[in-house]
Amino acid sequence: MLDRLANWLRKIGHSAIEGIWRLGYAGKFMLLTLLGSGSSFTRIGLVVRELYYTGVRSLVIIIVSGLFVGMVLGLQGYETLQRYGASSSLGVMVALALVRELGPVVAALLFASRAGSAITAEIGLMKATEQLSAMEMMAVDPISRVVAPRFWSGVISMPLLAAIFNAMGIFGGYLIGVVLIGLDEGSYWSQTHAGVDFRYDILNGIIKSFVFGIAVSAIAVFEGYDSPPTAEGVSGATTRTVVTSSLVILFLDFILTSFMFRGV
Amino acid sequence: MQSENFLEVKDLNFTYDTRPILKGINMTIPRGKVVAIMGGSGCGKTTLLRLIGGQLKPSRGHVKFDGRIIHELSRRELYETRRKMGMLFQFGALFTDLSVFDNVAFQMREHTDLPESVIRDLVLMKLHAVGLRGARDLMPNELSGGMARRVALARTIALDPMLIMYDEPFTGLDPISLGVIGNLIRKLNDALGATSIVVTHDVLESFQIVDYVYFVSEGAIVAHGTPEELQKSTVPFVHQFIHGEIDGPVPFHYPAADYPEDLALESGNA
Repeated sequence: MLDRLANWLRKIGHSAIEGIWRLGYAGKFMLLTLLGSGSSFTRIGLVVRELYYTGVRSLVIIIVSGLFVGMVLGLQGYETLQRYGASSSLGVMVALALVRELGPVVAALLFASRAGSAITAEIGLMKATEQLSAMEMMAVDPISRVVAPRFWSGVISMPLLAAIFNAMGIFGGYLIGVVLIGLDEGSYWSQTHAGVDFRYDILNGIIKSFVFGIAVSAIAVFEGYDSPPTAEGVSGATTRTVVTSSLVILFLDFILTSFMFRGV
Repeated sequence: MQSENFLEVKDLNFTYDTRPILKGINMTIPRGKVVAIMGGSGCGKTTLLRLIGGQLKPSRGHVKFDGRIIHELSRRELYETRRKMGMLFQFGALFTDLSVFDNVAFQMREHTDLPESVIRDLVLMKLHAVGLRGARDLMPNELSGGMARRVALARTIALDPMLIMYDEPFTGLDPISLGVIGNLIRKLNDALGATSIVVTHDVLESFQIVDYVYFVSEGAIVAHGTPEELQKSTVPFVHQFIHGEIDGPVPFHYPAADYPEDLALESGNA
C-alpha cells in the first residue's frame, strides 16, 4: 500500500518536473526566436513568403466559416430578438458578437487547425528529414531562418484573418436579416454603425486576435521544433498544436474578456 | 600556421543519458586525405560526425579542427568554423521547398553578397561537377535517390569546404549511382584540395576510394589502417565485417534466454 502511494507520488513528481522543464525549454526557445528575429525584418521576403502559406492559404476557410457563422447568428438572433420586438437591433447584435468574441476566437481556432498544424508538421518534417541539421551544418541558424519567419507571419496574419472573418460574418448577418427576412436595410446598418464602438469593441477584438496569434504561432513553431524526428512524433506534435492552441485560446479569451468587457 | 594533422580526435567520449555511445576515440586525419570510418549500424559513427561538426558536445576529450578545439568555440566562432565544413547527410536532406538550383545556391545567398549572375554561374559549375546541370529546375521530389544525393553533394561543396563529411553516402543506391558517388567523393576531394571523412559500412565501394580506414565497434576503435592492411587483418571483428560473415564477434542472435528453455522444451510441454 505504502509502495503504491510512493510510486504514485513519484509519478506525479516526475510529471511535474517534466512539465516545468518543458515550460522552461519552451521559454528559452521563444527567447531565442525573438533574438533571432532580426533577419525576419531585414529580409522581409522570408516573412512575406510565409504570410502566403499561413495567411493567404487560410482565406477560404476563414471566409466561408465567417459567412456561415454570421448567417447562423442572423437566424438565431432574429428568432430571439423578435420575441421582444427588437428585431431591428439584429445588425448590432451580430456585429458585437462577432467583433468582440466570435471573430477573434473562431478565427483563431480555425487558424490553429489550418495554419498552426501546417507549421508544426512542416518544421517537424524538416527536422525528421535532417533539413534543420543540414542548415546548422551550413552555418545557418534554423531558428532565424525557419522558425522566426513562420512565427511572425502567424502573428501578422491572425488579426487580418479575424478582421476578414468579422466582415464576412457581418455580411452573412445582413444576408439573413435584410435579404432573406426583409428587415429595413437603413436601420440595419445605422444601428450597427451606432452600436459598435471603435475603441471599446473593435480595438479590443484586434488586441484579442493579436494575442491569439502570438499564442498559436508560438505553440506551432515550438511543437514542430521539439517534435521527435519520427512519423509518430510529427503526428503527435501536430495534434498537440491543435489541442493546446484551442485550450490556450479559450483560456486567454476568458482572461482578456474579463479585463476588457466588465459592463462598466 | 595550419597544422598538418587537419583533424585530431583525442580521447573522445560521448554519453547519451547514461548510455555510453563513444568510448575513448583517438584518430588523426591528415590534410588532403579521404578517410573512412566503418562499423555496424548504431556503433556511433554518425555521433562521431556530429561531434566533429559541433552539433553535440563530448562528455570527455575533444575534436581539434584546423588547430581549434570545436566544443570550446563560441556560437559565433562555431558558425564561422562550419563555413569551412560541408556535410552530406544520409538521404541528402535537400530543402524540399526549394528547387535543385536554389538548394545549391542556398549557402551562397546566405553567406555571401555575390551578385545573382555570379551565383548562377557558380551553381551551374557545381551542378556540372556532379553531372546534373540539366536538372537545375527540378524539385527534390522529382529526383531519384542517386540524383538527390548528387545534388546534395553539389550543395555540400557550394562554398569549397576544407573538410567534407559524408554520412552513409552509399545507402540505398543502385550500383551505377553507387559508383558515381564513390568516384565523385574521391575526385572532388582531390580537385578541391579538401579533406574527407566517409562514414559508411559499404566495404567494397569505400575501399576503392579511401586512403585510410578506422573501424568502430561498440563506440571504440578496434582497428585502423590502409584498405590493403585491413584486408589482411586478423582482428575477428574486421574479418567478419569485411567478409560479411553472419556470425562472429557480432552475433547473429540478439541476446535472449536459452532457446530450449524459451520454447519450454525442458518442462515437457513439447
